[in-house]
Amino acid sequence: MREILLQIDGKEVKAREGMTVLEAAQSAGISIPTLCHHEKLEPYGGCRICIVEVEVRGGTQIVVSCVYLVEKNLVVRTRSEKVDRIRKMILELLLAHAPDAFELQDLAKEYGADKDRFEKEASFCIHCGLCVRYCAEVKKKNAVGFVDRGTRREISFIPEIASKECWNCKECFPLCPTEALQAAFVLTKALFPPPHPGSEPRG
Amino acid sequence: MENERIDQIIDKHHGEASSLIQVLLEIQCENHWLPKEALVRVSEKLRVPLTRIQHIATFYKAFSLVPKGRHEIHICVGTACHVRGATRVLDNVQDLLGIKPGETDLDLKFSLETVNCVGCCALGPVMDVDGKIYGNMAPSKTADVIKNYE
Repeated sequence: MREILLQIDGKEVKAREGMTVLEAAQSAGISIPTLCHHEKLEPYGGCRICIVEVEVRGGTQIVVSCVYLVEKNLVVRTRSEKVDRIRKMILELLLAHAPDAFELQDLAKEYGADKDRFEKEASFCIHCGLCVRYCAEVKKKNAVGFVDRGTRREISFIPEIASKECWNCKECFPLCPTEALQAAFVLTKALFPPPHPGSEPRG
Repeated sequence: MENERIDQIIDKHHGEASSLIQVLLEIQCENHWLPKEALVRVSEKLRVPLTRIQHIATFYKAFSLVPKGRHEIHICVGTACHVRGATRVLDNVQDLLGIKPGETDLDLKFSLETVNCVGCCALGPVMDVDGKIYGNMAPSKTADVIKNYE
């Protein structure tokens, strides 16, 4: 394995080839906020909160650190005016979906994000895909997946698989960055459908 | 739809997981919708998780998870058709069939959808039944077109 030297926030960091900028920063004790990242799972790049500024060919570029691979002599800045401004915007958009999520509120305080900036559309899901990917990649059960697309995208459990596997696992519940109860709620809905299907408003 | 027919379609694609969308499209084409049993069968045979199939089947508008009628009517409400009176055509078809866009009538004869462009704006307003294009539609002409379909 070749070693690569790069600079993160002015600090020389040694990294192995094939590592992501996020992993390199974490190994050097530099923290980058993440929501959809999990060390057991493949990089996903879904939440974009881990964006950093890198210097490439004389200019700077905003990249997603959890999927961007380290390069020789790369100069990375994890906090800058531009990075903070974009993170603030992302947080404000995410807070429109999950206004009561503690993890988001803590980040919002740090970046000065206003949780009431956008009209609330509380679905309690920020589409980080942690539960979906954990179930598929680690547990290999595929009990939960995404359905639909765009603004209507949501997680959904397959009742036949969930009724066999989920009660003894529930490992996806604490992964949720918005609240552990979100997956529990969708799971319960899948296993015990409301008596009048269609009578319930869609989330 | 019988399992044998689904197996035939899957075998035609050599049971490869990469042919998932083609397999689903063929089932959709023959059956007009994708019943859950068919999805489970495809999942088992292609060894693709059901969550993934569900994701794909809900992603593309070409797939339907609810029964569709034997004939699919698409009415274009794109800009060109709209200014030429597509809304009136649509209203008229809705009255004739008694269903709204996205719905299917009780005897599974017709399904009605609106689309945003069929690509022949010069013919607008355009109505498309099972892939056959009827151009220069007017509210008074829709009944003549629909009565050709059984």
